[in-house]
Amino acid sequence: MTFNRYRRGLFITSFLAAPVILYLVYVISPNVQAFYIAMTDWRGVSATPAFIGLENFERLLGDNVFWKAVSHNAALLVLLPVITIVIALFFAFLLNVGGRQGVSGIRGSTFYRVVFFFPQVLAVTIVAVLFQQVLRPDASGMLNGPLMALGINPIGFLSDSGLAFWSVLGVLVWQAVGFYVVLFSAGLASIPKEMFEAAQIDGAGRVSMFFRVTLPLLWDTVQVAWVYLGILAMDVFAIVWVMTVQQGGPDWSTTVMAAEIYRNAFGYFRFGYASALGVVMFLFTVGFAILSLRLSRRERIEY
Amino acid sequence: MPSTPHLSRRDLLRAAALVPAAGALAACAAPASQPAQTASAAPAATSAANPLGVGDKPLEVWIFDGGFGHQYATDIHQPLFKSKYPNVEIKHNVTKEITKILQPRFAGGNPPEVIDNAGADMMDFGALAQDGQLQDLSPLLDAPSWDDPNVKVRDTIDPSVIEIGTYDGKFSVLGYVNYIHGIWYSQKVFTDNGWEVPKTWDAFLALCETIKKSGEMAPFTYAGKHPQYAYEPLLTMAAKIAGNEVLVNIDNLEDGAWKVDAMKTAAENMAEVGAKYLMQGTAGLDHVQTQTAQNKFQVAMLPCGSWLENEQKSTTPDDFAYAMFPIPDITGSDALPYGTLHTQPGENFMVSARSAHPQAGMEYLRAMLSKKAAGDFSELVTTLTVVKGASEGREISPGVTSATQAVAAAGTNTVYYRIFAWYGQLNDECKAATGELMTGGLTPDAYLERMQKKADEIKNDSSIKKFTR
Repeated sequence: MTFNRYRRGLFITSFLAAPVILYLVYVISPNVQAFYIAMTDWRGVSATPAFIGLENFERLLGDNVFWKAVSHNAALLVLLPVITIVIALFFAFLLNVGGRQGVSGIRGSTFYRVVFFFPQVLAVTIVAVLFQQVLRPDASGMLNGPLMALGINPIGFLSDSGLAFWSVLGVLVWQAVGFYVVLFSAGLASIPKEMFEAAQIDGAGRVSMFFRVTLPLLWDTVQVAWVYLGILAMDVFAIVWVMTVQQGGPDWSTTVMAAEIYRNAFGYFRFGYASALGVVMFLFTVGFAILSLRLSRRERIEY
Repeated sequence: MPSTPHLSRRDLLRAAALVPAAGALAACAAPASQPAQTASAAPAATSAANPLGVGDKPLEVWIFDGGFGHQYATDIHQPLFKSKYPNVEIKHNVTKEITKILQPRFAGGNPPEVIDNAGADMMDFGALAQDGQLQDLSPLLDAPSWDDPNVKVRDTIDPSVIEIGTYDGKFSVLGYVNYIHGIWYSQKVFTDNGWEVPKTWDAFLALCETIKKSGEMAPFTYAGKHPQYAYEPLLTMAAKIAGNEVLVNIDNLEDGAWKVDAMKTAAENMAEVGAKYLMQGTAGLDHVQTQTAQNKFQVAMLPCGSWLENEQKSTTPDDFAYAMFPIPDITGSDALPYGTLHTQPGENFMVSARSAHPQAGMEYLRAMLSKKAAGDFSELVTTLTVVKGASEGREISPGVTSATQAVAAAGTNTVYYRIFAWYGQLNDECKAATGELMTGGLTPDAYLERMQKKADEIKNDSSIKKFTR
């Protein structure tokens, strides 16, 4: 009996060993080491970093650029989910139940469904390079070309420090919406058709149907979307690093935490300090995860 | 059952699975402890033919694959080295991302011998110097030159190379290419339109006005995405007005160095150009886009360095005829005369102190500094090197000729700054602030205020190693 249990445990362990070891070696151990490196003055090339306690953390309190980056992440954390979810919900509603009968999508919805998903297929770097060209401030830019042909001065979408952040946000939304249209469509498909038919018989128009029936029944899916988009907003490194001028500029107007970590590590060779920034980002991310899990506890609607 | 130790197949597999895991845990992100310095401690004997003591171990060379490519290394430098040391195997490598590939090698204690540490992703020389990774190249300077055993290497190169390549009192970085900064234009465009090279700032503004009114093209542009192209003329202009001390004080992080009158005048002048005479959309274009616009005759002038002609060779029209002029006289009572130039050795080569064969690395640099190697290099990549007289008697290109003449005219009136190579954070802040200055987001006063604040911040940060000149 005990032997059997032992064999069984062994059997399970043998399957778990490889993934757990990989996880320990490549995820947990670098994370733990980052906490140690954050308390050294390591510059990346020496083999003997000196332990300096919490000096790096004191230093980052006065680092204006880093706090600017934090404020951008915070703004994205609010704006990116809100805008993306609103647009995605609107499209998903139109594609699935927005038609005249109220139980099917508007005309051509199968075609739109494919089109909306296109941006999701592209790699982030490709999206960034693509939009660099779209937003170019001369006659070759896809947006500025027509403007200049009309005699209007070109708009510095990425070169105006007051505008660049909004361009980044626009690109992020453009890329994210497609996926959430599909997610919400799947959510809608699992809602029984009778609900919509019943609402229609009771005389609900498109607007009240959306707010009274669709949204409450989709609430779980919306919460999932919120958490995913929140995690995305904590990162956004690739778009910022590839697309914006001076990698987070102009004048630090688009930089984010991950970009500052990278810049301090691989630009200034301050690996200790960069690790300290990483620890702070880690705390923010964990905080966000706990908060969103707490807030999203809500009674599930059974049907 | 006998009681002898019995190793089942399963036990063996289990043990085998754990070994690499333990090894991987031990060798992760944190730096490994330093292996003992073994190889480099025992050089081969030196002799007149082998002044630096090259042994038989291989020589690993890493070239940055940028504007100059890497053909010069495989076709010019390496064959020359091989001709003298056929037994030394050369391991030639090329990358566009020096840091990503080589930083782990330094952390791991087995760096390659020779590195062309250049490009946007170059390693921080300050950090390397701080950790003693740079080989002291003084023996190279005192070795006889490749061409003439009676002349030391020290006397064959531009003296600024030694000054700029010195970290902590040791010459350790060899700038190979002599970069000449100035305002670049097309001789064809200037001749066709009857425009003259401006000798004073008023004449320069008048020329900008003429070009603007002509409607032919925009007067001026710079690589807006990379505002270091705009802070270069700004700083050179300040030095021209009030002398080299302006830049020395800025480099040494002296109190108030950024806020002197000369800096203010220079910032105001650049801001005026930014407000009135820039090509449309400049702020959002990069160096390639603006330089190509100049090749297409959409803009007349741009500030750049002598690498420009080579960088643009595929888009330059045949009759374009690149030329450059220095920063004009600004006040009428400038501290430095007309013709003052910002020249700076660049394309920095280093030898790793902790590599297996640093002697061969230094010898490789000695070969590079021969007249033949430097001259062939100049011809291949149309640019000047720091080797004196290496391009003499060679007809290279209009741009190189123009830059050569400018250097001759400047004589000893050359200036340079090192602050941005020493303090990367200050460089990024200056790029950000200069971009704002040029687009009107910052007034000249606010600009200098901001730069002074950042300079003070760096001065007071004990974790950043300070340099002086």
